[in-house]
Amino acid sequence: MNRIKNTLSENKKLLSIYFTAGYPKLDDTIEILQQLEKSGVDLIEIGLPFSDPLADGPTIQASSQESLENGMTTDLLFQQLKDVRNTVSIPLIIMGYFNPVLQFGVENFCKKCAEVGIDGLILPDLPLAEYEEHYAKIFKKYGLLNIFLITPQTSKERIRQIDTASKGFIYMVSSASVTGSSDGFGKEQENYFERIASLKLNNPLIVGFGIQDSKTFSQATLHTNGAIIGSAFIKMLSEKGFAGISSFIKSIR
Amino acid sequence: MNYNVNEKGYYGEFGGAYIPEMLYPNVEELRQNYLKVMAEESFQKEFRELLKDYVGRPTPLYFAKRLSEKYNTKIYLKREDLCHTGAHKVNNTIGQILMAKRLGKTRIIAETGAGQHGVATATVCALMGLECIVFMGEVDIKRQAPNVARMKMLGAKVVPAKSGSKTLKDATNEAIRDWINNPVDTHYIIGSVVGPHPYPDMVARFQSVISEEIKTQLKEKESRENPDFVVACVGGGSNAAGAFYHYLETPEVGIIAVEAAGKGIDSGESAATSALGKVGIIHGSKTLLMQTADGQITEPHSISAGLDYPGVGPMHANLFASGRGEFISITDDEAMEAGLELCKLEGIIPAIESSHALAIFETRKFKKDDVIVVNLSGRGDKDLDTYIKYFNL
Repeated sequence: MNRIKNTLSENKKLLSIYFTAGYPKLDDTIEILQQLEKSGVDLIEIGLPFSDPLADGPTIQASSQESLENGMTTDLLFQQLKDVRNTVSIPLIIMGYFNPVLQFGVENFCKKCAEVGIDGLILPDLPLAEYEEHYAKIFKKYGLLNIFLITPQTSKERIRQIDTASKGFIYMVSSASVTGSSDGFGKEQENYFERIASLKLNNPLIVGFGIQDSKTFSQATLHTNGAIIGSAFIKMLSEKGFAGISSFIKSIR
Repeated sequence: MNYNVNEKGYYGEFGGAYIPEMLYPNVEELRQNYLKVMAEESFQKEFRELLKDYVGRPTPLYFAKRLSEKYNTKIYLKREDLCHTGAHKVNNTIGQILMAKRLGKTRIIAETGAGQHGVATATVCALMGLECIVFMGEVDIKRQAPNVARMKMLGAKVVPAKSGSKTLKDATNEAIRDWINNPVDTHYIIGSVVGPHPYPDMVARFQSVISEEIKTQLKEKESRENPDFVVACVGGGSNAAGAFYHYLETPEVGIIAVEAAGKGIDSGESAATSALGKVGIIHGSKTLLMQTADGQITEPHSISAGLDYPGVGPMHANLFASGRGEFISITDDEAMEAGLELCKLEGIIPAIESSHALAIFETRKFKKDDVIVVNLSGRGDKDLDTYIKYFNL
């Protein structure tokens, strides 16, 4: 059974952390993964940096750019992850943009993921229709779950479509925004979380974008299965380094 | 062979809509409506009237006698430089602002490199009384001060793009991010035949008035609708798409696309996408783009800001890959000389973008009785600083 599904079946509010591989230092990847697991995180998204991250706000843009300047490449990330399963057992997802995957070769990329023990992929600019027509078979062959996004503007009909196509969880974007740009959630978001929860979808919901502390985590997970923190974690990492990881995670949940 | 877009939004293997889910409702709304809206009689009437009375269309098709004598062939110039705001860009912004109004949008965003598309967008927003925000790279804002001032005079807010290389590519990223943040009331007026489907097709259709007019005008002058060749410069490729549009399926008309080689194709400072690019995804479209082996998008270079883009529209990628189009690249130096030559021979100061198209005559030989239409996409006023510095005027 895929590690993601295993974790999702646990009866608790899941905390997922996103970080950009190769930031702050090129070789930090494994150390960050190990510390996150030790701190009690349930799921990790490893960001594969891209030169033009359209859906990301300033924090993740800057960390991506710095990571690339540090020398991060797709090849190098897989090298770093080569023995990750000796020390890290929680589900790992690679999140990135489609072009670097396309250049690596989609099949080759998926094969490498399977080899190092990656459980799923989030590629926000790979559309549902393209995925289903060209790539679903490859993902399946290598046991990778593809995670799709929905937003407050996604129609009910399309949410059902995405639910049918999803095999792990649905990544629920909290508001109409790029990453890292929320000042807390208001009534509008709460209604949206409740509205989607009431659809009783087949897949669990995990909320991302704008979660930064225990308050926003509780709000986001009241009606859903978990939440993802990215920009706020990267900001903390920039300021405090590894030493801050454990207390940051404990302050959330 | 079909060189237009298919029902899935592709030109051959190029195109599509590789966008994050956050943009799906906006792009889908446009996709479902653009052809229907454009077919409406009231839309066509308003569009045509504005092109005539506001833009100044039809633009002349001018026989360049002295240029033709020099190169021993027959050269016509399609005078898009005479459009209101100084370039073909306004054909598209007029079309898109009418589209935005019909879709009930009240806020307009755009990206701009040199500022031509930004000015053309600010112009139509003033005309329609709509809020206008233009994203422009911080570097470009510094080097294109007159156009920044124009946009401000026209009532637009110019927002500096501070990410990446702070040029056109990054301004486009910022515009897309703004659209993600404002999904309901905002229409994004993309300035070229790039971006997710249906943008490349929609922009090409708005610009197709160029080749529609060439056909009629050439018939009057040469008693034939079809030239032997139609020539245009390609950055993203909107003026070229307009000039080629009605000739795409006419194989006897040669299509010549001229790219910016910058300081030379192998110099590391170039924007010749067909020569240097590989298939990938840029700004929501699968097309040819300049990138590292690892799939990171690289920085282009051209002396002409309008050609300084690391990708090319999917229509052009398909014209290249299928062999339908002949692609020629022209260096900064060759373009500057050709621009000056047009000034001396014909009394027309061209935009440096258009100068790239004019520069092919030095190396690409034509027959004496060949009829060639060069799309003179813009005028050179905006480039005076560059001309002054280059030639020590």
